[in-house]
Formats: sequence, structure tokens, C-alpha cells
Amino acid sequence: MPNNEEIVLLAHGDGGRLTHELVTGLFLRHLGNRTLAAMTDAAAFPVGEGRMAVTTDSFVIDPPFFPGGDIGKLAVCGTVNDLAVSGAEPRYLTAAFLIEEGFPLAGLERVVASMAAACRDAGIEIVAGDTKVVGRGQLDRIFINTTGVGVIPPGVDLGYHRIAPGDRILVNGNMGDHGMAVLAAREGFGFGDRLVSDCASLHRITGRLLAGLEGVKLMRDLTRGGLATSAKEIAASSAVDLWLGETDIPVGAGVKGAAEMLGVDPLYLANEGKFLAVVAPGEAEQALALMRADELGREARIIGEVKAGAGNVFLKTALGGTKYLDLLAGAPLPRIC
Amino acid sequence: MHILDRFRDPEIGRGLLEKVSELAGRAQEKLGRPPVFMEVCGTHTVAVSKAGLRGLLDGKLELRSGPGCPVCVTDYGDIDAMVAFGRLPGVTVGTFGDMVRVPGSRTSLEREKARGADIRVFYSPADAVKWAQENPERQMVFLGVGFETTAPAVALSVAQARALGLFNYSVFTVHKVVPPALRALGSDPEMKLDGLILPGHVSAIIGRRAYDFIAAEYGLPAVITGFETLDIIDALYNLLQQLLSGGPARVENGYTRVVKEEGNVRAQEILDRFFEITDVSWRGFGTIPGSGMELKPEYREFDARSRFAPEVEEPRIPAGCRCGDLLKGKLTPRECRLFAAACTPSHPVGPCMVSSEGACAAFYQYERRSAAG
Repeated sequence: MPNNEEIVLLAHGDGGRLTHELVTGLFLRHLGNRTLAAMTDAAAFPVGEGRMAVTTDSFVIDPPFFPGGDIGKLAVCGTVNDLAVSGAEPRYLTAAFLIEEGFPLAGLERVVASMAAACRDAGIEIVAGDTKVVGRGQLDRIFINTTGVGVIPPGVDLGYHRIAPGDRILVNGNMGDHGMAVLAAREGFGFGDRLVSDCASLHRITGRLLAGLEGVKLMRDLTRGGLATSAKEIAASSAVDLWLGETDIPVGAGVKGAAEMLGVDPLYLANEGKFLAVVAPGEAEQALALMRADELGREARIIGEVKAGAGNVFLKTALGGTKYLDLLAGAPLPRIC
Repeated sequence: MHILDRFRDPEIGRGLLEKVSELAGRAQEKLGRPPVFMEVCGTHTVAVSKAGLRGLLDGKLELRSGPGCPVCVTDYGDIDAMVAFGRLPGVTVGTFGDMVRVPGSRTSLEREKARGADIRVFYSPADAVKWAQENPERQMVFLGVGFETTAPAVALSVAQARALGLFNYSVFTVHKVVPPALRALGSDPEMKLDGLILPGHVSAIIGRRAYDFIAAEYGLPAVITGFETLDIIDALYNLLQQLLSGGPARVENGYTRVVKEEGNVRAQEILDRFFEITDVSWRGFGTIPGSGMELKPEYREFDARSRFAPEVEEPRIPAGCRCGDLLKGKLTPRECRLFAAACTPSHPVGPCMVSSEGACAAFYQYERRSAAG
């Protein structure tokens, strides 16, 4: 158990004794499984029926610890969610750690322990890993790169090609929780723990939808750029228009208040436990019920529908006006007056 | 129900909007064209766009955006100077977020940061003072941008730096005051406005009385209002009533929950203590007499201009940029040839496309339709 004084040294990444101690004493202790424990140069694992899905992602979040999670939990959930919305059952992850010398070992332990917990929760294993340590100032504290491997069961077919006018658009809960929690934690706004990231693995709730319905056409996890950006990408790629109802889109009171104070739009804020599903109109109500039956979908809503068009996203305002939503351009910045 | 939710109640909003449409129709008959109002403040511009008001009132009345986004009216030369500070060895530039992406003549703070300049975003000048205290080996130059609303906080940061005996904190002030710009608008013979929606936050500082000249000297109806959808619809209703009544124009306060007749006297005292009024250049207007604030001589040691006097090249104005005319209400974003073509949020040519309160950014974000995605 590292005490509070111990820090990561360049020597932890030189492949020698300290590296060995770090791998066995910290990584294997938390993440240990048969594949990883074999300590081979490559992991070998059985692949079942269906198509294999592979995704890769890097995590560089500032700050690495935030209300509702940390970079470790985020790395697991974020990778699992990319597989989940692709219709895949997540199976294996790899994790590569890039650490700045001087990062506290206790902090590293916290990150790895939370990855282990997120893996247990998701029922997956980390089967390969790597650690590099770089000099002070060469990177900011800790970055994690992951690869996720999953299996798409036979019969699952998701994609832009299936979207048609009339389809309904659903989300599984409140928008902007993660982005706002991280912004507040980074800037020290002192909103306390009222703003909490929604960081969670979505494969169970997406699995429910796919198992119960034929009419799920496409799913997207609403990370960077938020709902607005994903909606715009879907509209443009499918050459349809998306019409969303402003009052139908769920936003928590805390996020709403903070977003107004800072002049950012919750529809453009990142989520880490939210996804959008495009569902055939005949199955939309069933999809909503399936979502709400899951703990990650209690606040699920039908927020709009697909219409014939040319790649626009329209938001009907409460007053009956229409706004246009586009891709996020640049980081959301606070207002100055 | 939260009090603010009352100001967003769609039922009330739709009812009031119907009345506004009806009055606008009558005003149109009277004028022989749709009435043209200007929302002076950038936050109002965003609120109008967000509520989709412009589309709802299309053909009935026209809303123009004015010079009330402090980032947008910052002159090229001033942004070039900000960049020059960032290039000085040992200097860290502290700024409000909106300023980072605004293009100067040749580059922006965002690009300079990518090239290695130390540019930091602060939410309050007090945080910049704290940073200077914690980093004594660096010179912190804070960019004082904004109207009467942000200037008091910047003034207090100077007081704080003096109290702490900090020799590494200074401010580059491009603060401006709103009334002279309204005079410039009012006395422009080309200006065809039928009424003004006045900024809520600035008015909270300077008070309703400060605007009486708009009605008295230029015969323009004006209303101070808040930032909720109903506030704005209510302001339109008031302006239309004034137009139709045929009586003398008035400056009304529709934001009495925040704005007093005399304003915030304590904030005014702070401004008077620290700043003196000067002539400054506004983008689109050129120099407006008595419209700027600079630190008084007794605080000049905290004035970054006099401390560093960075060399700034002659500003270059990008060809075709109409931000200046736009800020005067002479055209709408759609009438600018660069809008959504050469000038987009990812590649902004002018400041109105950059600031979160810029009219073009608001239009682009909420009011533009693309031909094919």
C-alpha cells in the first residue's frame, strides 16, 4: 500500500525492479485476472459467435478526480459505452498508462482501484496493459489510453442507413451532468457536490433495448459536444432533419442553474452515462418503458423525431419558435457580462 | 415554482406574443414598414435567438443587434496589443474566456497560446490577483474588458494588488461606457431605429436616469429589461405601445427587480475613484468621445500600458468584414457576405462570430439553416 509520501518516479517506467513492483504490487493486485496474470506479451482470449467490435480511446481529463468519478472509472465506462452503443457486448479492455513523474502513488492506486471496480461492475476484464513514465512537465499528471473489444451478436444491425422519417429520438436521462461537474471542479466554482458526473457503463441498458426490440436503428453516446453535436452528426450523415422539443429534453436543476450562470448551453455539454437512441415509431413507447425500467434510464424521455430533410437539427422552443442547432465550435466559454 | 420559471411560462409568453404581433401590425400600418428595434446588449441577443423570437415575429417587426457585446466592440488595435503582451518574456496574460478566440489583425490569443504564450482564463479578476500572488516570478497582465458591469471588479482587483503590495499584477483596460455609444447611434443620420431595448446589467450599475437623453434628445422610445423570454417580449410590447401612443418617447424601466432609478451608487463610486473617462475607439464606430475608462494617474503603476508599452503594429482590418456595420444595427448577420461562408465559428473573421454574445455567433448557432448539413 503506498503511503501519502510516495510518488511515481522515472524509474517506475524503466522496466526494472520498480516497474515490476508497480505491475505486481499495484496493477495486478487490483486488476488481476488469469489472462493478465500470465504476463505474456500479448493476451489471448476466445472469441464467440458474431462480429468483433474494437474501439480505442484516450483519457486526458483535467482534473483527474471529480465528483462522481475519476479518470480510471471514466476510461472504463467511456470505452464500454463506445462498444455498447455500437450494439456490442463488451468483453475485454486494454489499458495503457502515461504518468508524469511525481504523480502520487496513492493517486495512481485510487485510479486503478476505481478501474477495477468499474470492470467488475461491467463484467469485463483488462487483459493487457502498459505503463510509461515521462519527465515532469512533459504531460499533465496522468493520461490513460484504452482499447475495448466486444462482440456484436448475430442479427444486430445499427447504422445511419436504417434511419427513416417518422423515427423517434430518445435519451436515457438528464443532459450535461458530466461536462458541468468537471467544469465546476476544474474552476473551483464551489458548487460543492451538487454537480455530479453521470459517468456509468451503459451496456446493460443498451442490451435491454436491443434484446427487446427490432426497431432500434442507431445509438450514440453523448460525450464531447453533447446532445446537440451528436444530433447534428446524425442528421448530416443520414440526410434527414431532426426535430427536438426543447421542453422534452431533460436537464437537471443544478446543471440548468450553473449553465445559466456561466452562459453555457447544457445541450452542448458532455455526458458520460447518456445515450441517444433512434427507434421506429411503433416501438418508441416500448423503448421508453424498457429504458425507464433500468436504473440508468429513470429520467428517459422521447425528445423528438426524424423528418425528411437535409441534415438540419431544429429545436422547437417553449414559445413555439424554432432554433437551429449546430456542431460545437470551440470550447464552451463563460460569458463576461 | 421557481420565480424565474414564471418568466419562462410559455402560456403567458404566447399570450403576450399575440398582443405584440397585433400591435406590431398596427405599427406597420402607421409607419408603412415593419418597426425596427435594437437589442443593445449581447446577452439579450442570445436570449432572443434562444427563444426563437426573431422567427416568431418575422415580417411583423425587425430586431437588430447593437454594440453591447464588449468583446465585439474591442478594436483590432486593442486585441493586437493583448497579443503583444502575451509575447513579452515573463508575462502571463489573464483574460475572461470570451476574449481568447477573437481574431486581431494577424492572430488571436488562442493561436498565441498554441505557439507557447502563457494565456490563462479567469472567471474573475480577483482570481488573477491570487494567481499573481502565487506566481511572483511571472508578470500577470489582466485584460480588463467590458462595460460598467465588469469594470468595478477590475478596479477592485487593482485595489487588492496594491493592498497586497504586488508588483507583478497590472491591468490592460479597454473598458467602455455604454451611453456615449448610444449617442453615437442616435446621432447617426443613417440609423433607422424605432426603439431600443437597453441592457439590464449595465443599467443595474448606472441606473435608469442615465438614459433619459435617448428619449429627450433623439426621440427614441427605450426600455430596460431583464434576460428572460418574457422580459424581452414585455419590452417589445412596451416599445410598440410607446410607438402607437403618439406621445413623447420615454425611457422605461421594465427590470425594476434589479434596476433602480439611480443605479448602484457604490459601484459608481468605485468607478469614479479608479477610472477617468477618455476617448476610445470602438470597432465599427471609430473613436467615440468620452466612452472609455482608463486608470487614474494615482493607479497608473498598475496600468499595463505604461508598465510595458509593448510595440504594436498598425492594425489590419480583414477585407469584407462588416462587424462594424452590424454593431451599428445597419445590417443583420445574413446580409454580410462573409456570414456562414468565409466566416464561421471555427474560422471566425470578425468578433461577432466569436463571442458567445456576438450576433453572428447567435445567428449561426440558432437561426441558420444549412443547405445540406
